[in-house]
Amino acid sequence: MDKGFSRRGFFNSLAAGATEAALIGAAIDQKAQAGGLEAPEGETVKVVLQVNGQTHTILAEPRWTLLHILRDRLGFTGTKQGCERGECGACTVLIDGVARNACLTLAVEASGKKITTIEGLMDGAELGPVQQAFLEEDGYQCGFCTSGQMISAEALLRKTPSPAIEQIREGLSGNLCRCGAYGHIFRAVNRAAELKKAGR
Amino acid sequence: MPDANPKPWTETTIVGKSIPRIDGPEKLSGEAKYTLDQNLPDMLYAATVRCPHAHARVTKVDVSRAAAVPGVRAILSDADKDCNIPWYRGSRLFDPHCRYEGEEVATVAAETQQQTWDAVRAIEVQYEKLPFVSSMVDALKPGASKVQDGGNIVQPNNFSRGDVAKGFAEADVVVEETFQTSCLLHTPVEVHGSVAHWEGDHLTIWDSTQFPFTTQAGVASALKIPLSKVRVIARHMGGGFGSKIDLSKYTVLAALLARKTGRPVKYCLSREEELLCVGNRPAHNLRLKAGVKKDGTLTAFELRGNSEIGAYPAGDSAAYLVRELYVCPNVKTEEAPVFINAGQSRAFRAPGFPQSAWALEQTMDTLAEKIGMDPVEFRLKNISMVCGVDGNKPYTSIGLPQCLREGAKAFGWTEARAKAKRDGPIVRGVGVASGMWGYLAPPISTAIVRFYADGSVNLNIGAADLGTGTRTIMAQVVAEELGVPMAQIEVENADTGTTQFSDGAGGSKTCMVDSPAVRTAALEVKARLLEMASAQLNVPVADLKLAGGEISGPGGNPKVAVGRLRTLQTQRVVVGVGTRAPHPADKAVRPFGTHFAEVEVNKRTGEVRVVRMLAAQDSGRVMNLLTYRNQVLGGMTQGIGFALTEHRVLDAGTGKMLNRNFHDYKIPTAMDVPADLTVLPIDPHDTEVNSTGTKGLGEPALVPAAAAIANAFYHATGVRLARAPITPAAVLEVLNAKRG
Repeated sequence: MDKGFSRRGFFNSLAAGATEAALIGAAIDQKAQAGGLEAPEGETVKVVLQVNGQTHTILAEPRWTLLHILRDRLGFTGTKQGCERGECGACTVLIDGVARNACLTLAVEASGKKITTIEGLMDGAELGPVQQAFLEEDGYQCGFCTSGQMISAEALLRKTPSPAIEQIREGLSGNLCRCGAYGHIFRAVNRAAELKKAGR
Repeated sequence: MPDANPKPWTETTIVGKSIPRIDGPEKLSGEAKYTLDQNLPDMLYAATVRCPHAHARVTKVDVSRAAAVPGVRAILSDADKDCNIPWYRGSRLFDPHCRYEGEEVATVAAETQQQTWDAVRAIEVQYEKLPFVSSMVDALKPGASKVQDGGNIVQPNNFSRGDVAKGFAEADVVVEETFQTSCLLHTPVEVHGSVAHWEGDHLTIWDSTQFPFTTQAGVASALKIPLSKVRVIARHMGGGFGSKIDLSKYTVLAALLARKTGRPVKYCLSREEELLCVGNRPAHNLRLKAGVKKDGTLTAFELRGNSEIGAYPAGDSAAYLVRELYVCPNVKTEEAPVFINAGQSRAFRAPGFPQSAWALEQTMDTLAEKIGMDPVEFRLKNISMVCGVDGNKPYTSIGLPQCLREGAKAFGWTEARAKAKRDGPIVRGVGVASGMWGYLAPPISTAIVRFYADGSVNLNIGAADLGTGTRTIMAQVVAEELGVPMAQIEVENADTGTTQFSDGAGGSKTCMVDSPAVRTAALEVKARLLEMASAQLNVPVADLKLAGGEISGPGGNPKVAVGRLRTLQTQRVVVGVGTRAPHPADKAVRPFGTHFAEVEVNKRTGEVRVVRMLAAQDSGRVMNLLTYRNQVLGGMTQGIGFALTEHRVLDAGTGKMLNRNFHDYKIPTAMDVPADLTVLPIDPHDTEVNSTGTKGLGEPALVPAAAAIANAFYHATGVRLARAPITPAAVLEVLNAKRG
């Protein structure tokens, strides 16, 4: 095996991160720690997540991210995966009201916290105000980064109900849109602020 | 059969309006299932061991440890006879001769994505490292290591008209400059991926592709199974920009793993894999020499260029605009794409054209200055009103003069040009650039409109909607012709199992190719409905009108609601099938555009900030003002990345890519894009191009953007930066050099 293979180093660092965070978040047995990444099958810990108001209890491997649990275990695929490095923002969710990257949050860290995903911004079967604003202003093209954009917009508007353009740009600066719909996204956030003020 | 080329609309009530996307609620609620969101029962995940070297030979692959990793269900490598599938030219699926960093060596399927990573780590591979070339400069040196057996130069691509030597002799001013553009990466936010599922001998693939029919054909060919046994679905697409027009290995690997395990397999690339392996816009070196007379008449263009197309053959040219955009009797272009040990390039939004504009439109700026003409006036004087590369055919329409004139007016060009600020640490300037786009495959499309007894409609088309608004626009065409509310139209698309062949969402041709076919299908339905009403009301068809869900005679009487047509109630559905006429034989079809940019340059830090931009586009008819504006914003935004921040960096010492993530490969963020972006549609009312009057928007909206920013940079600083991107380091270097 070639020692220069960077993939190896990358995965080792992942493993280290997972183990460390697991120790903080929950107890795992000695074997899993000693074995590092290669925890035997079934070596799981209990994670309790409140997603959009409903409680889910899942047995999770310590290295599983919140993103993995949401998408692959609970079926909340509205939360997108774009880079798994916290750089694109497609996986942005609210954790206790704060916009965070689900790909950089281990499931064990999120245990006991309140998670809001894009599905949680709905107003029953209707689009919620932020979603409605993105619809009206065409604040998206392919729609893949859009869940993250809207969650960041929601977080921004909760703190700053009438944001100036610079605040909008900063509030959404962690969400990449390769289609380049930013111009319409800015308008959509302004429109969402109006809708929210009007009680939508 | 209906007329495949009905007369153009004179006025419209639905087409052209700002109508929100019909799939908006689905996408914005999070319900829309993209390929990455397909989770099938009992599904496995996949991951691949990739060559970590720029050039190497695989000497040993040992999967024994990986096979014992918990959760692993299958491993494929070159040792499997199923994997002896030809790929590229003279290579195969797991070719031991790896010509770039990222080539596939072995692939695993496991119960969870994390377990696939465990297995990938456990596969032991031995490599014999080989000499590599990681730039075209190195690749062209005598004795350079060969990427392909035939050498590093791909078949040259040459063009000539007139006599450039004579042209330069006639010129009052001759300028010459070497322009360079960087290798750019597509980076759609949805990475590439496929989910493969076999039921007996029938294979279904959910694929994030622009061309589902290309995937179908490629997979059928690779696996040697009939087309009828492969169904490819691409309902929702998270962007493509050209990177998803070709079949890639991951799709075939997912199918092979699914067949081997008897279970569905999802294989989605990591972002790193996406950046390394599935295409890029090649870097160009373009030496452009141009001659002009004092009165602004162009006398000659001579272009010599190379591009870095990666390790396998790929088409590429940056000469298009030089040959065609302006009247110039003497033009010679010589281009030679060059192999290097890096991922193969692939069409990226107007392949070749922004590079062409980068060289040509900066040169036009220089020429205008040398002869003391305004850059807008100089361009207006030289626009070619016929297609100089296609027998001097006239264009079906050319709105470029309007783009320049009306764009300049709306931008406040003259005032802004006069107000440039060149003193102090922060200087400011404005620039302009034009462009066009041309890609014309035969327009193949079949659309089916099903009109139900309750007056609702199902529209069936093959084209994918990669975020452009295709579904919405096509529904608007149906609504326009049949008066059906948008909410009652369901669009079924991009599914090779249920829709008809369409050439695919690339080349900015979906709207221009498919919307006329949709219109024909809708008109077919309309004709059938009118015939039914005619029989029921005893009124000649010619006297009947369909509007608002009713068919009525002269003066509104007699009338019948469509839902009360007795024949329709009996047969339950009317089906209209639409195809479309070929492109006009004696005319050339091109969309055009002109961009204006204002930039600020901080001479202390080298930072360049785009203050505002305006894009005037002639793409023919505007089908939907919202989605139109959005696509043009996207063109300007990607142009900002091209001009200022994006470039792939290969390490000279190892040939490995250094910026393989979004932190280091910088695409524009909300902070980089000004709020002041203006879109100015120019509609030349093209009645000849096709029955909807559309010419294509996505690609032309990018072409001139970066060059306009570069010209604004020059206007602000008085220094020409011929190499993209214009980074702070590059700016400080040229400004310091100017100071001496």
